[in-house]
Amino acid sequence: MSEETMNEGADLSRREFLGTVTAGVAAAGVAAACVPFVSSMNPSSDVLAKATAEIDISGIAPGEEKTFPWQGKPVFVVHRTPEEIKAMESSNGGKDPEADAKRVQKPEWLVVIGICTHLGCVPNKTSSGWLCPCHGSVYDNSGRIISGPAPKNLHIPPYHFVAENKILIGKA
Amino acid sequence: MMSKIIAWVDQRFPLTSFVKHELTEYPTPRNLSYWWGFGFLAGFVLVIQIVTGIFLAMHYKPDSKLAFDSIQHIMREVNYGWLIRYLHSTGASAFFAVIYTHMARTLYYGSYRRPRELLWWTGQGLLLLMMATAFMGYLLPWGQMSYWGAQVITSLFKATPVYGEQIVTWLRGGFTVDDPTLTRFFSLHYLFPFLIFGAVIVHLVALHTVRSSNPSGINLADKDNIPFHPYFTVKDLFGLGIFMIIYMLIVFFKPDFFIEAANNIPANPMQTPAHIVPEWYFLPFYAILRSVPDLAGGVVAMAISVLIFAAMPYLDRSRITGGARYRPVYRAMFYIFVINIFVLGYVGAHPPTGTLKTVGEISTMIYFMTFLLLPFISRWEEKFVLAKGLPPAVEEMARKEIAEAEGNV
Repeated sequence: MSEETMNEGADLSRREFLGTVTAGVAAAGVAAACVPFVSSMNPSSDVLAKATAEIDISGIAPGEEKTFPWQGKPVFVVHRTPEEIKAMESSNGGKDPEADAKRVQKPEWLVVIGICTHLGCVPNKTSSGWLCPCHGSVYDNSGRIISGPAPKNLHIPPYHFVAENKILIGKA
Repeated sequence: MMSKIIAWVDQRFPLTSFVKHELTEYPTPRNLSYWWGFGFLAGFVLVIQIVTGIFLAMHYKPDSKLAFDSIQHIMREVNYGWLIRYLHSTGASAFFAVIYTHMARTLYYGSYRRPRELLWWTGQGLLLLMMATAFMGYLLPWGQMSYWGAQVITSLFKATPVYGEQIVTWLRGGFTVDDPTLTRFFSLHYLFPFLIFGAVIVHLVALHTVRSSNPSGINLADKDNIPFHPYFTVKDLFGLGIFMIIYMLIVFFKPDFFIEAANNIPANPMQTPAHIVPEWYFLPFYAILRSVPDLAGGVVAMAISVLIFAAMPYLDRSRITGGARYRPVYRAMFYIFVINIFVLGYVGAHPPTGTLKTVGEISTMIYFMTFLLLPFISRWEEKFVLAKGLPPAVEEMARKEIAEAEGNV
């Protein structure tokens, strides 16, 4: 049968519409079939279950820093000295200005996520704050960005004091 | 007996005609230099990587608690495990060395020009696949450099507007690089080489459609083409011999030359090494990333620095064939570009402080300027070179192309 006889008396616009609808449904079906596969690459429930961590901060002497894991990320807990607190309260940080009071719940305890906001390295403690070994970002004792390529201050995790010397990280 | 079997197959599958068409009678310009042998070498290294990789996967364990130790197991206990691993780790560097040379030849001789744009673009796609494969493979030993390299590179996607954080978490399968990241990188590191293999076939089909370019730049008459086999199989095999001498010297005598010392420390998510560097083949791009002071800007600059090669057929507006051979200004630009790449590599390998930071910034500008100035310089150079005079065949081709272009306007 030639194409002409096949098309005889046919409503071609109708045929075209059906073709478009079929292709559309097929595309939607393929997209829907992708959902579980894409979703499977997101954090699994056991990863999500590690959402909170309770930590004991009684052993940290003034002027000392300790690193705790939370969700696989390092969290820096610093027991700040009165001089450090005073210095931090009198400054407003660098390119991401923020008051020190907004970054702590108790001024002597600074709790920040120890991941450089530039490309995810762990900064090293210095006397005046932190220095990121990867690309040289400098943070002060309030975790605020002072210089280097990092765009933001070190993030503050959600946390609260459950006791005098105990912090629950992961829940405000 | 053999001829009977071949005859039986030929009735059912175009074996003999395929071999004739693509190999024994495939017309190849007789003036191809050894610079045209790097495509074959790249294919050979791909086979080395696939074969050694399959055998490594028999002993490797993609689990964050076992991965590092399983590499030690391969190195110490598996029969010839050390050899297979060093062939693979050195092979990665060899692959990039060969591919970068292959690309440099294409740039020098203008082989990306019409009608070989698609050939060039399939090559560009292969380069991207290869970079992704190398990057994911580098995580598998689960050493400190592996871990922090993956951490930094996955963090680059944070620059995506709005969904940055979600995409990074999705890529990693967690809030940091961890076990889920390792298992998916292993899965994809095993898959991608086969995608590369498929893309190589597409690359070869494109090549056999437009045929090889040649150092003269002119289309050779039929009498100047010779069969690929035996003339170029022999030439390629000689090149392979030279390559294997260098490759095996490294495998046997300096196998850890390309392995960062810090990667002999197991990954520690709580401690970044004092100085992290990517593998040498990513250094120039890494230097560009660092030279832009803004995070998103740096990521975009780095992505463009790799992708911009695809624009070469359009950036180069000269109608003079043969690439740098008849074009002194383009030739100078080529050498400046190559030297600049090495400067960027050096900058990328060192902490970005003081003078080196400035050098990196200047080099990054030179890198992009060579591409951006090319459309203007190439047209100006065309006039200058035509006025000065060219070999008759080259001039004839150029004038014909110019006349065609002007006729269309």
